[in-house]
Amino acid sequence: MGKRLAGIVWALLFLAVPVLGVATFAIAPAFNIWLPKDVSEHGASIDSLFYFILWLTGIVFVATEGLLFWFIWKYDASKRQGAATYIHGSHTLEVVWTIIPAATLLFLAIYQMNAWADVKMRRPAMQPTVEVVGRQFEWRLRYPGRDGTLGTADDLFLVNDLHLPIDEDVLIQLKSMDVLHSFFLPNVRIKQDAVPGMKIPVWFKAREAGEFDIVCAELCGWGHYKMKGRVTFESRAEFDTWLERKYAEQQATQPPVEAADVAQAD
Amino acid sequence: MTPPNAATLPAVDHGHTTVTAPGHAPRGGLSHFLSTYVFSKDHKVIGLQFLFSTLLWFLIGGLLALAVRWQVAWPWSDVPVVGKLFAQEGGQMAPEFYTMLFTMHATVMIFLVIIPILAGAFGNFLIPLMIGADDMAFPTLNMLSYWFMWPAFFAFGASFFVEGGAASSGWTSYPPLSTNVASSPGSGWGQTLWLLGLTMVGVSSMLGSVNYMTTIILMRAPGLTMFRLPMTIWAMFITAVLQAFALPVLTAAGFMQLADRMFGTGFFSPEGNIVNNAIAGAGGGQPLLWQHLFWFYSHPAVYIMILPAMGMVSDILTVFARKPLFGYRPMVYSIAGIAGLGFIVWGHHMFMSGMNPALGITFMVSTMMIALPSAVKTFNWLGTLWGGKIQFTTSMLFALSFVSMFIIGGLSGIFMAATPVDIFIHDTYFIVAHFHYVLFAGTAMGVWAAIYFWFPKMFGRTMNEFWGKVHFFLTFIFLNGTFFTMHILGAVGFPRRLADAYHYETFHHLQPLNAFMTWCAIGMVASQIIFAANFIYSMFWGPVAGRNPWNANTLEWTAPSPPGHGNFDYQPVVYRGPYEYSVPGVEKDHLMQTDPPNAVASAAASAAH
Repeated sequence: MGKRLAGIVWALLFLAVPVLGVATFAIAPAFNIWLPKDVSEHGASIDSLFYFILWLTGIVFVATEGLLFWFIWKYDASKRQGAATYIHGSHTLEVVWTIIPAATLLFLAIYQMNAWADVKMRRPAMQPTVEVVGRQFEWRLRYPGRDGTLGTADDLFLVNDLHLPIDEDVLIQLKSMDVLHSFFLPNVRIKQDAVPGMKIPVWFKAREAGEFDIVCAELCGWGHYKMKGRVTFESRAEFDTWLERKYAEQQATQPPVEAADVAQAD
Repeated sequence: MTPPNAATLPAVDHGHTTVTAPGHAPRGGLSHFLSTYVFSKDHKVIGLQFLFSTLLWFLIGGLLALAVRWQVAWPWSDVPVVGKLFAQEGGQMAPEFYTMLFTMHATVMIFLVIIPILAGAFGNFLIPLMIGADDMAFPTLNMLSYWFMWPAFFAFGASFFVEGGAASSGWTSYPPLSTNVASSPGSGWGQTLWLLGLTMVGVSSMLGSVNYMTTIILMRAPGLTMFRLPMTIWAMFITAVLQAFALPVLTAAGFMQLADRMFGTGFFSPEGNIVNNAIAGAGGGQPLLWQHLFWFYSHPAVYIMILPAMGMVSDILTVFARKPLFGYRPMVYSIAGIAGLGFIVWGHHMFMSGMNPALGITFMVSTMMIALPSAVKTFNWLGTLWGGKIQFTTSMLFALSFVSMFIIGGLSGIFMAATPVDIFIHDTYFIVAHFHYVLFAGTAMGVWAAIYFWFPKMFGRTMNEFWGKVHFFLTFIFLNGTFFTMHILGAVGFPRRLADAYHYETFHHLQPLNAFMTWCAIGMVASQIIFAANFIYSMFWGPVAGRNPWNANTLEWTAPSPPGHGNFDYQPVVYRGPYEYSVPGVEKDHLMQTDPPNAVASAAASAAH
């Protein structure tokens, strides 16, 4: 009888895995421990793919863990009469549980491709809105200024305070001065490593005004944790006003940058 | 008719038999002691040397993890007990110390614990015993494979005490952070020692893998065809193949990084790279090249870190379900499939790295497909349990939890494989959850299943079942408390490797959850005291086990416990596969691989030993 009781305890312990597992995911949003607010145009498709995979894996999770519990419960030696079933396998079952997951996984891969291409491959044909350069442990920003071209005398230099217009495509030219960094905007569902020696384009369209975090997501040294920036999304008019004001501040406080120096710094 | 009893055989000196293996230990005095227990060429002694060494490093790696968790839960608060040792910051942890901690936690766990405990400890101990050989094919190479671990132990251990501290650019050591001394305090001598240690671990693995392949191919007992091998041996064999083909790439890459650091080459540094206002080397290289080379080894290494556990768990499940393995051949093919596909998925670590996004698509497809053999294995484990007579031994509970936890680790991998979803969760706690479910909740639970299972063969005594179950219960609860919550942390985008993330608006409210996880982690490490006490006590005072305490079928259970030098007191001859449990018409519920066929007909009932 003691053995049977132990068997029940172990079976219930394994039942707790799917029960508490699902419960964790179910209550997490109530505590705001869930996907942060998304203000981008493409983010909805990433989030919906996340939910799609969450449901799919959730069903498989509950089904397989449920079966595991059921077998542990049902085939406990202490309550089972007779011998175990003598069987070496089933060709039909093997074929079924190979083909169904194979088809599902292949579908899943193909189903992702369009969203991936939107974020990483279909680059809008435009000049960079801003250049973002990672440096231990800050985000150096360079706006092209009035002429719309990077590397000219009227470039505007800032640190950690990124402003971008909403409701239009923005193109960021991402670079690194020293080591690897990763430009992570949790609220825009954007992440891209910055690699020294490479210029990597990053683009998106923000839908909503507001101020959000820029996080460094690739280990870049002892100060990695504090490599924090802020991004402010605002209307085109507000953005232009802000650019003018910052440019005026730069003119007032710094000597004009020689074009030759700019070219070298590029 | 049963395997002959040791007493009925002609006298063989088990301690020092020279049945077949020449060059084995001579007797006498100190040299005898050294050759028997220190520089032993006996695979069992070498296996146990690996086991003890890796378990000690497991403890160190676990304590490093606790220190990491302390900082994540309560950043900049005084660290209890050991805080005073960090000197300059009073009792609190400096951020560069934190980066060193997680770098060395992963390094120790991967290179000094998981890989050597699976291949080194269990591979060594089990392969000759389970294939009916008296030792490995190359006993001297085998001895060297253990002793090459010591320079690695020394290099990694010493690196904590050099100027700047141990390596602190992550266990992946991405350049330029790792190659440029100016970029990080740990990128001085610490990183050089790290690379030397890594190379030594590689030499050790390579010596082992050559030996395992040769032994399994050439030294199987009569009648033991490849398709009569237990899953443990199949897994060890394919793991050895993986190591042999992947390791040279890592070794070469390690030397390239060493050259970048010491001789001024620029394999991984781009032109004009300036780090911390210091010009960083010759230039002309590419940081992504390291990532490709590193992951070309380290992705297959992920399977090196799980396949042997899968094999051992498959065997343990059959023994305690008293059932044949469901789908033996599909199980073998799926291991081979994992190994093959394992070579073409490394790019999934690099989706956000700046690698051509079109290449990301092909790696996504191959990565999705590698989930397939894992799924097939899971279904076959469930099939093995179905209709069984499950005995809840400690070993079985750990094996069952391996299946349960591997399901979680396998499914969570699909999120990262999907490139668009990976954009958000890459380098967050979601991936931390994923690989801890595979490597801790998977492999480590499999290793515990194996320790409880083969302990009687190793030491001739069984471990205490009651305390074993207490150890299992607490570990199981606490590991899920620690690691399951990491999934939802990852869903917020909480990044890994941050000494303090709470100053971000997005993450400031996550401290209480992290504190909960740290308490669970403390409980998890504390639970291992029970394991250590049980292990040590049972080694000397546990109940004496016979040859075959679990009524299992495979060859190691025909040898004495513990087996003497040369392993078997008679030559095992194999008549069938390893999974003949509950065969209808046979009185006892298992047929050992060595039970002769005529014994089956007469329903051999005598309890042999």
